Amino acid sequence: MSIRVIADKCTGCTLCVKACPFAAITMQPREGTPKKLAVIDLDKCTLCGACVSSCKFDAIEIKAEKESSQDLSHFKGVWVFAEQREGKIQPVAYELLGEGRKLAEELKTDLSAVLCGGEDIEEEVTHLFAYGADKVYLMHHDELKDYKSLPYTRAIAELITKYKPEIFLLGATTMGRDLAARLAIRVGAGLTADCTGLSIDPEKKILQQTRPAFGGNIMATIISPNNRPQMATVRPKVFRKPDKQEGKKGELIKFSPIISPEDLAVKLIEIIKDESIKVNLAEAEIIISGGRGIGEAKNFKLIEDLARELGGAVGASRATVDAGWISAHHQVGQTGKTVAPKLYIACGISGKIQHLVGMQSSDTIVAINKDPDAPIFKVATYGIVGDLFEYVPMLTNKLKEIRG
Amino acid sequence: MNIIVCIKQVPETTEVKINPETNTLIREGVPAVVNPFDENAIEAALKIKEKHGGKVTVITMGPPQAAEALKTAIAMGADDVVLVSDRAFAGSDTWATSYTLAQTIKKLGDYQLILCGKQAIDGDTAQVGPGIAEWLKIPQVTFAVKVEIDGTKVKVERMLEEVNEVVEAPLPAVITVVKQINEPRMPSLRGMMKAKKAEVKTMKAADIGADKKNLGLDGSPTQVVKIFTPPPKGGGEILSGDPAENVAKLIGKIKERKII
Repeated sequence: MSIRVIADKCTGCTLCVKACPFAAITMQPREGTPKKLAVIDLDKCTLCGACVSSCKFDAIEIKAEKESSQDLSHFKGVWVFAEQREGKIQPVAYELLGEGRKLAEELKTDLSAVLCGGEDIEEEVTHLFAYGADKVYLMHHDELKDYKSLPYTRAIAELITKYKPEIFLLGATTMGRDLAARLAIRVGAGLTADCTGLSIDPEKKILQQTRPAFGGNIMATIISPNNRPQMATVRPKVFRKPDKQEGKKGELIKFSPIISPEDLAVKLIEIIKDESIKVNLAEAEIIISGGRGIGEAKNFKLIEDLARELGGAVGASRATVDAGWISAHHQVGQTGKTVAPKLYIACGISGKIQHLVGMQSSDTIVAINKDPDAPIFKVATYGIVGDLFEYVPMLTNKLKEIRG
Repeated sequence: MNIIVCIKQVPETTEVKINPETNTLIREGVPAVVNPFDENAIEAALKIKEKHGGKVTVITMGPPQAAEALKTAIAMGADDVVLVSDRAFAGSDTWATSYTLAQTIKKLGDYQLILCGKQAIDGDTAQVGPGIAEWLKIPQVTFAVKVEIDGTKVKVERMLEEVNEVVEAPLPAVITVVKQINEPRMPSLRGMMKAKKAEVKTMKAADIGADKKNLGLDGSPTQVVKIFTPPPKGGGEILSGDPAENVAKLIGKIKERKII
């Protein structure tokens, strides 16, 4: 592995200096030419590649010495993890089937879903076919009824080893992240978290995975050229759910994993429900969030009323959670949830960077805030400088009027 | 109870700004801090130690300047710190990073609990904690909001999307924590003095008995091929008019965009 500046090509333009997130590049004078030369401080460089992308003269190159140790030609097909909770397949699985279909067509291969669960899970299989799966790998086992890291990793790793998919997509949910991270190490796969774009390199036929980094301030495209499967997690709502084709059939493959006693080491004791959650934030198409501007706990009712009217979920800024006005399950932002609904309405939220990184990818952002200088207006599609106590109820009533 | 806490030094995101001319990140002079979730992991470890005794060792993999993050850990009350640093680690993705940290932990030996933050705020992957658990072949419990040690077992409340889940795991185990678990303490004056004097021990690739082919860029299955700044969002529109008019306008816009 190495990075180098090709001195003949470097024009001393300093683009790479600006692009380096780690301040590892400086310009040094060189003899015989007024053009300076980019010099990389190897102690600071993390080989992130930002400079390579920035250079207009192809003067910087990174070389990996590694060649594939696996024979990759045996790996075929696109797989999607059919996440289920309490026996119901989660919408993110269908969204991934929609995107997986496009990738499978590009690769001229088939699309499969992997479903784990208890005895009753087989009823759900028809939905997976209807949303586009050509095959469903079904594993039932008492220990797979509810998600647990170790038995799920064991079962799916065994399935991957036997059937060898080239791509495996999972939802970037708490379950998908917990599972994918462990599974990737076990099967020796490259894993990219939180992808917002997936495509196939037309020549090399490999998966190109694009994801935000540094809180969405930059985007990176990542590949796993030498390892299979190529694994990625994708947040709910990034891709649209495809149309359901009722009655579509496919091939059902039942597989019985061998789960060993040591996989049962972690025991589920209890589930604590949060009664304040009516709509799951991560899955919501519309989110109405309240910030410090709402003043006190009881005023969250205004937000809830609007959310109910729009069929949306209730979000909150960190300040309101810290103040104890609402439970932490509602928190949006760096230390809470990252969301990207079709519509995000921020009420009385100033928009600190920690909040913005959790919601700035939303399709349409509406901000209602008294302070015209609030940073939230910088990301807002539509801004209203005004009092939320006036606007929010008015909006709710107007929507009610239209509906009724 | 010997606890190992894995931390990462990250740029403070509040300070990340985009240069409007070049559309690139301005990183010069951006302070480096301990990843916020990792501060919660340190706090959780110190609390367990206060109750059950033992030792808290904080480790990080990074360039030489990451020693600063370990000094913060000492100032908070960590007993021992190790910097895992070598040119061979450069370019590590989460696969290679979790291998390197797991090798270090194996070398340190004698641990009952490993704590990490749920994810780092620069990469946001949440993959290294579970990765370490897999390399060490011990259980993982992610997104912990409450951790209670009970003899040779640990009871953990996990914060999921809509519910919390209570699980029990045998020790040793890897636990990753969320922000809501605690409020990290400020370094004490005595702690800061201690940190100032402390010499940070460094372990290199050879010291952790690592297999070279699993390290750094060569050991990383994923490769970054392109980095770019996302196209800037079109300038927003401020609705100015009287409230009733604005509300009507807004509903019109939302309908236009086929959201409702």
